[in-house]
Amino acid sequence: MGHAKLPRKSTNIDMTAMCDVAFLLLTFFMLATKFKPDEPVVVKTPKSVSEIIIPDADIMLITVDPTGKIFFSIDNKLKRKELIDELSSQKSLNLSEAEKTAFALGSSMGYPFSQLKSFLGATPDEQKAMEEKATGIPADTAINIPTNELGVWIDIARHTNPKLRICIKADGAVSFPNFQKVIKTLEGEKVFKFNLITDLEAVPMGTDAYIAKYGKGTK
Amino acid sequence: MAELDTSSGGGHKKGPGVKKGKKLSTRIDLTPMVDLGFLLITFFMYTTTMQKPKTMEINMPYKDDIIKPEDQNKVKNSVALTVLLSKNHRIYYYEGIGDDPTKPPELKSTQYDTKNNVDAELRKEIISKKSKVADMKHRGELTAKDEITVLIKPDSTSSYSDLVYLLDEMIINDVKTYAIIDITEVDRDFIKATEEANPGK
Repeated sequence: MGHAKLPRKSTNIDMTAMCDVAFLLLTFFMLATKFKPDEPVVVKTPKSVSEIIIPDADIMLITVDPTGKIFFSIDNKLKRKELIDELSSQKSLNLSEAEKTAFALGSSMGYPFSQLKSFLGATPDEQKAMEEKATGIPADTAINIPTNELGVWIDIARHTNPKLRICIKADGAVSFPNFQKVIKTLEGEKVFKFNLITDLEAVPMGTDAYIAKYGKGTK
Repeated sequence: MAELDTSSGGGHKKGPGVKKGKKLSTRIDLTPMVDLGFLLITFFMYTTTMQKPKTMEINMPYKDDIIKPEDQNKVKNSVALTVLLSKNHRIYYYEGIGDDPTKPPELKSTQYDTKNNVDAELRKEIISKKSKVADMKHRGELTAKDEITVLIKPDSTSSYSDLVYLLDEMIINDVKTYAIIDITEVDRDFIKATEEANPGK
């Protein structure tokens, strides 16, 4: 009676190929990645069929949260530095060099000028705690009044970087008067063209936009 | 086999007098390296934002103190459709610009369905208005330059999502000329009158 002898196979697998794949993917993700920017508030933008992609650089982002608080930011560290330098001297905020650097490296700003110094002087942990109580940048429908600080931000930012594209990211629940403050301020700054950040949704069938996109013949 | 084999095939004869060093295995276990690789991949996959946000471009009417009111273009009554945005996603609309106090326009109202992001009645109205304008152009009542114009007037009780919805509807229905305008007292009165006439709604 001969037992059929199963040949013993080694259970070791050659990992080299797998390692190659893993690192290839890793390299891809590392190069393709762009970290999510820190956002001070959660904003759920309304949906739209518009497919215009936000530009890569030179963006001014005005965020409006559901309660109408306004946050302001621009991209590019160097421009942010220029912006805060200019703002500090124009509004005589007496910001120290360290505080200016904190702004340049930070994210969206949602404080009135009066609280700017104390916020930027705080440690990152303290800043986190303060973020929750951020009051937003004061704005108004009229441009030439001192309480419209958003107007000042926009004005200076546009001087430091004239190429800025203006994007507004507002929550769907923002009431119209709050949103109007932003657009009226922009109008006051002679900005009549801007982008609203929206979520993508499908074009409804049978409409003109659908026909233009897919043609009439498709189902 | 989970190793990298870098040892040479062996069998090379060394010359006489060359001492044979003890051959150490140069195989490395790659498993931890693969683990690390995938860990990092997972991290980058979670933190990455692949899809860039989409935007909608709007152009506001140019406003300047230099431009006198009489130089501004006036929208023709026959091409205009006025849409009033009111509270709780209620939308009122009427044809024309509603500037004739002797003939108050007939307001119709619809409810914008926030869940499905659609308002079929309003869409129908826009499409029918479009074809009306096209007909009038055919008959020569309007010049070729005239286009349907939608005037969007958000009331202070409306929300931003209503406005975006309306702007989106303009893209969907291929309406080229539209404007966001401040609501007037007259329009507010229209809404009030319609609300009072239909207390159930």
